Amino acid sequence: MTEMVYGSVPTRDGEPILPRWWRTIDKWSLSAVFLLFGIGLLLGLAASPPLAQRNGFSDFFYVQRQAFFGTVAIFTMFAFSLMSPQTVRRLAVIGFACSLVALMLLPILGTDYGKGAVRWFSLGFGSIQPSEFLKPLFIVVAGWMIAASNEVAGPPGKSYSFALALFIVLLLALQPDFGQASLVLFSWGVMYFVGGASFFILAGMAGLTVVGGALAYQNSDHFARRIDGFLSAEVDPTTQLGYAANAIREGGFFGVGVGEGTVKWSLPDAHTDFIIAVAAEEYGLILVLVIIFLYATIALRSLFRLMRERDPFIRLAGTGLACTFAVQAMINMSVAVRLLPAKGMTLPFVSYGGSSLIAGGILIGMLLALTRTRPQGEIADHLIRRGR
Amino acid sequence: MTRTPLRPLARILAARRAGENPDIIERQNLAERHEAERDSARARAEGRLLVLGVVFLCAFTMVSLKMSMIAGSDPVEPRAAASGAQILATRADITDRNGRILATNLTTHALYAQPPLMIEPERAARELVKIFPDLQEERLLRQFTGGRKFIWIKRRISPEQQQAVFDIGDPGLLFGPREMRLYPNGQVAAHVLGGAGFGREGVSSAEVIGVAGLEKAMDAELRDPGRGDVPLALSLDLTVQAAVERILEGGMRLMNAKGAAAVLMDINTGEIVSIASLPNFDPNDRPQPLTTGDPGDSPLFNRAVQGVYELGSTYKIFAVAQGIEERLVSRSTMVDIQGPLRWGKHKIRDFRNYGKALSVEDVIVKSSNIGTARIAQMIGTERQQAFLGDLGLLETTPVELIEARGARPLVPKNWSEISTMTISYGHGISASPLHLASAYATLLNGGLKVEPTLLKKDYPVPGPRIISEDTSRQAREMLRQVVTRGTASFGEVAGYRVGGKTGTADKPKSTGGYYEDKVIATFASVFPVDDPQYVLVVTLDEPVETSGQEPRRTAGWTAVPVAAEVIRRVAPLLGLAPSLSLDVETGTPTGITLARN
Repeated sequence: MTEMVYGSVPTRDGEPILPRWWRTIDKWSLSAVFLLFGIGLLLGLAASPPLAQRNGFSDFFYVQRQAFFGTVAIFTMFAFSLMSPQTVRRLAVIGFACSLVALMLLPILGTDYGKGAVRWFSLGFGSIQPSEFLKPLFIVVAGWMIAASNEVAGPPGKSYSFALALFIVLLLALQPDFGQASLVLFSWGVMYFVGGASFFILAGMAGLTVVGGALAYQNSDHFARRIDGFLSAEVDPTTQLGYAANAIREGGFFGVGVGEGTVKWSLPDAHTDFIIAVAAEEYGLILVLVIIFLYATIALRSLFRLMRERDPFIRLAGTGLACTFAVQAMINMSVAVRLLPAKGMTLPFVSYGGSSLIAGGILIGMLLALTRTRPQGEIADHLIRRGR
Repeated sequence: MTRTPLRPLARILAARRAGENPDIIERQNLAERHEAERDSARARAEGRLLVLGVVFLCAFTMVSLKMSMIAGSDPVEPRAAASGAQILATRADITDRNGRILATNLTTHALYAQPPLMIEPERAARELVKIFPDLQEERLLRQFTGGRKFIWIKRRISPEQQQAVFDIGDPGLLFGPREMRLYPNGQVAAHVLGGAGFGREGVSSAEVIGVAGLEKAMDAELRDPGRGDVPLALSLDLTVQAAVERILEGGMRLMNAKGAAAVLMDINTGEIVSIASLPNFDPNDRPQPLTTGDPGDSPLFNRAVQGVYELGSTYKIFAVAQGIEERLVSRSTMVDIQGPLRWGKHKIRDFRNYGKALSVEDVIVKSSNIGTARIAQMIGTERQQAFLGDLGLLETTPVELIEARGARPLVPKNWSEISTMTISYGHGISASPLHLASAYATLLNGGLKVEPTLLKKDYPVPGPRIISEDTSRQAREMLRQVVTRGTASFGEVAGYRVGGKTGTADKPKSTGGYYEDKVIATFASVFPVDDPQYVLVVTLDEPVETSGQEPRRTAGWTAVPVAAEVIRRVAPLLGLAPSLSLDVETGTPTGITLARN
């Protein structure tokens, strides 16, 4: 009767979208991302005015751009995190195809901005770096392939995805951009590992790396010098690394004070690759530890949530995304403290850069989508053991 | 085509017999296998994700720890000085053989301006001109107010000047540390040290590079970072060098010469104890090279090394020694010296007529051109060339001076018999005083080859034998005779038994031919003759001795007294004790007790 008078109560198949999103999303990781973005803006205020002055813009030109791109990135992230894993996968496959084509077109249409590496498309108001977008999309596609290969009578997805990874590495090496290339290889390796690589192969690869490194060290003077220079305790104070190390020392535990740092004037990459040095100098070890803690939070929480994940695709793609994100941050910081040889790599969400920010938004958005809480059949596991 | 086996075969066969659809059983089986596979993969992945998580945790912890270690260590203070110290270490000091400093480094500052940081360019320019009167105010102001971002104002300033610039108080005036090369002894050994200048230049440091002399020749060694702070020890003795330069300067003035050179060499090792060339300069403030005229007149010109002169009769001993070595003559062989000696259209004459014949010894003592030429005829061209080559008189010297590499002896293009004859008494062949000193050392030390060097040798390295010890001894005795009863009688220094040979050569005109009244007077000497220790070559350029009725230019009147004074003053410094024995030839005691001077 009531229905006849007032019409039927609208029915929903499940919870409303946003409340469900809020309930299932990993709030810790989400907060960490927002904090990192905030820290990035804060450091940009300190690190980018020298560059802006050099390029003849107003002091906070790059901060404004960073804020704009950051907003775009956060909305992208939000949009992606709303999607179901299946939608994520479909979008990723389409996006991957597009960015792969874009990457292949780089030698023809790209510009190098006088930096000696053709990595960008110039769009007038800004530039776009396809490899940044390719990376997370590739991870999802490769995760899908490896997961499929584990199905009974599935396609040989491991070989296909490895071939794809090698092809991308080749394209990136041609630019040349060995940093991104190694990240792509690393992400594939992590997924392969979690996807069930045999320990025999893994041990063989580790052995080959050690033997190859030793051979290269003995036979190539250039390589040996690089390694010796990296291993030696002395660091030339006039190199980028020297400035970075000195900035960290100057900063000490609590920093020299906001805006008081000097390293940003000496380092050409202070706003990108060496932003951690600026952070260490002006805000001290405290902020650096906070940053490291935030990255570790995102990576470790994601891995922890993925441990309970039942779906192989979600598990693999999520692992690849989380590990790539964490490793990129780690490599960047390790270079600044000389744990690793110099390698140009940005600090995700903190370093300045439009492509890197938005690609980071996509990466984290997809990661959040994949790590959302969903039923994992725990009750079924308990109740129905199907005779096993 | 691969056939997929029907699984589980037993149930399917049973179902087929019962007429049921076996596909359902197969699907069910597939789903079960799939579930099982997924569960095992999940269990495996769980473990591996845990491993990954631990690895990442460790890695992040390591980065944090390393970061804390760096942050906890003391900052390197101040950075600019640290890089300055590095540069200081990259150019080694130069010392003499006893470790006394000849060249060292000093930290000064360079002054530069960054006009964008300047507050009052007008006042800064005005005040700067007060401090540095050689700057021009308008020019400075133009630079400060122009579009330039960076201007060098002064390359090197003193601490007082730096303070004065500080007091201007303009933030756009900045200082960069500068290493500069300092030669604390001023003009002493100027030609050896040469000088240094700035190479590549940055704000916080500049390369110091050698521009001449030893500093340039040994530049790579001095800048070798692996050297540490080990100074480069030279064979020079600073005291001896200073004495030689003073005496040479006095001698040059007395003899009205326009230039002079001296080389004092250890006869056994070839170490140059002193090498001087006058006029000289201050390597701290190197003069500009001459743009017009003869570069040989510049004070930068090293007469002892670069000056390639005809050295005259000093060469005679080579011909005579070779004649004795080849057993063509002995000291007492009589040589026909009736002149003039004709060869083609050429005539060879002696300075005076010494009679019809002289013994070989007297050919040296009286310095007979004709007698030497006759001995050279006996030797022949080929053997003469080989012998002079063995003595190092036909090639550049290997001494560690950049100038030595360009000082190649001049020899006749067509070495005919007449060349052989004139070369035997030092005409038609030119070499530097350093060449002559090395050749004398080789000839007189017992016959072992000596290469001149400016670096201190820790132990003597015997060279190949050039002539026999006996010939060497006879040559020394003949040279002694030259001093006791020959042309170099002023060369006697009580107690030091000097032997030597004079040489007076007319200077060649640049247009061809020879000057009548311009000579190069040389005295090449060895002391003490019975136990040879040092070779000394003194060369005067255009000397005139005017105390007599007519001007005298021969070496015996000019170069010899200067060389004798050098030996008299330097021999005690070298640690040579004067001999108190009777002189065998003259029968008079030559002890220091009888010396009056």
